Amino acid sequence: MLAFAVKRLGLAVLVALTVSLITFSMIYVSGDPAIAIAGEGARIQDIEAIRQFYGFDRPIVVQFFDWLAAALHGDFGRSYTLRKPVADVIFERLPITMILGACAIAFALLLAIPLGVWAAVKPNSLVDRFALTLAVVGQAMPNFWFALTLILWLGVTWRLLPITGSSSWQNFVMPAIALGYYVTPAIMRLTRAGMLEVLSADYIRTARAKGLRPRTVLFKHALRNAIIPVVSLAAVLFGFMLGGSIVIETIFQINGLGYLAWESIQRKDLPTIQAIVLVLSVIYVALTLAADLLNAFLDPRLRVA
Amino acid sequence: MVETALPRPGLPTAAEILAPSPGVLLRRRIFRHWGLLAGALILGAVLAMALLAPMLAPFDPYDQQLDRKLIPPIWHASTKATWTHVLGTDQLGRDYLSRLLYGAQISLLIGVSAMLISGMIGTTLGVLAGYFGGRVDMVVSFIISTRLSLPVVLVALAVVAIIGTSLNVVIWVLGLLIWDRFAVVMRSATQQVRTREFITAAQALGASTPRILFTEVAPNVINHLIVVATLEMAHAILLEASLSFLGLGVQPPTPSWGLMISEAKGLMFFDPWLISIPGVALFLLVLAINMLGDGLRDVTAPENRS
Repeated sequence: MLAFAVKRLGLAVLVALTVSLITFSMIYVSGDPAIAIAGEGARIQDIEAIRQFYGFDRPIVVQFFDWLAAALHGDFGRSYTLRKPVADVIFERLPITMILGACAIAFALLLAIPLGVWAAVKPNSLVDRFALTLAVVGQAMPNFWFALTLILWLGVTWRLLPITGSSSWQNFVMPAIALGYYVTPAIMRLTRAGMLEVLSADYIRTARAKGLRPRTVLFKHALRNAIIPVVSLAAVLFGFMLGGSIVIETIFQINGLGYLAWESIQRKDLPTIQAIVLVLSVIYVALTLAADLLNAFLDPRLRVA
Repeated sequence: MVETALPRPGLPTAAEILAPSPGVLLRRRIFRHWGLLAGALILGAVLAMALLAPMLAPFDPYDQQLDRKLIPPIWHASTKATWTHVLGTDQLGRDYLSRLLYGAQISLLIGVSAMLISGMIGTTLGVLAGYFGGRVDMVVSFIISTRLSLPVVLVALAVVAIIGTSLNVVIWVLGLLIWDRFAVVMRSATQQVRTREFITAAQALGASTPRILFTEVAPNVINHLIVVATLEMAHAILLEASLSFLGLGVQPPTPSWGLMISEAKGLMFFDPWLISIPGVALFLLVLAINMLGDGLRDVTAPENRS
């Protein structure tokens, strides 16, 4: 287990470093960043001054390691437009996106696991068909359109929920649904497949033969084992949703990291964009690492070092 | 008497001769799979819409007539609804049906192009990793994990914003970002094929590696490739719509379904059909492609049906 953990951790660090390199190079995708910041009609002296102020005149390798070292200390530089350290803005906004992500994954799990279990208990039944249809339909629905439709129905026609902002818990209901429904099919399919496999295992037959109540067999014996891969999938999907919340946050005007990203992209505020991409990627890497370690801890067969 | 005679070794039995060939069985499975058929039918219809748009469209999709703006579609109980504009007109008086037809071109063009680019990258990486294993596999797996840790929508938006928005940029950015599933699936499919005896036989005969990859491995993994290709095409279409919706994809006045929803966003409380028509079109197209992909997986590998 330790050898596997060390190796997996090493891989995660390597991936994070590569991601930081990619993120850093984003600044040079457009060519000369100094010219980009100076904007149209800038004088040569201004561009030169900007180049020196932001340190673009140093060798790229030096710039990268300086940037990385600073980032490791939680210093992502200063935003071009907000006139504040990027780190401050990010840590102000990150909790909101985290809450949204948590609500979304909670919604997805609450919908997907019961449906998955039910579908596995009665394969090919009406419930199973319904769950499968829901999965196929859910994956084809564009999330921004689904979000707008939710606003139209729940917010405007029936006036049940507030349509923008992040001031109360009601504000998070629609965004959580709009963000969470997309990952529901994956969780449901995995729960169903896991339950089908577990339910045909010998120990379930034994438990049934002992005369245990069906409910006990189903939830205490079967679900506990079938849920293991679902937990790690949920962790990975949580990271995936943090990255995908940009569309939903923009629509509902939730002041989280995604909305900040969209604002920064509009203003071409590169240090902020870089920091957001890096933070979200590192969170994703950490979550997949945690998921893999958890899986390996629970199921020794996966410890292939 | 003939029936009970023992079959001679080497010769097929009567039952075997009369059994339908694999091709016939495949065709039968296809025509019994209603999901696949429905998907293929809708996709075919959208393809026809896209190709025949210049002939089918009643108006020029760019032609603005401010005196006939916001005409509701024909099923609305409004006196303004007219058969001249079956799906109504948008806020600039452009015929919505014509824009929808031309929008199908954009969606399919981006879906197919991005899928081809990502398929090329992902398949190459996946097949190499699966066939050679060892170090190559380690490097490719590392590249895949790195790619997976980057948030797609965010990176796509940022890169498009920095480079500048155009149809080509959107296609290339999406193509360079969504190859991960190709790589993952082709890697494991190739790993399974690699250990089979006919590969060893080809190696023993002295066949070159490219020859083995193209004539021995490729035919045995192509069904997985087709399935992933359909799913990634749907993925690319959804991403383009999201990008265009956020204003960083296809630029106005190009008729893109995502952009149509974006442009009508401000009016959706008064004229909700402005977002529901392109939304339903997008949904149906992606649904059809996904159903086709799922169906193809079922009929080409019926033992893996979930």
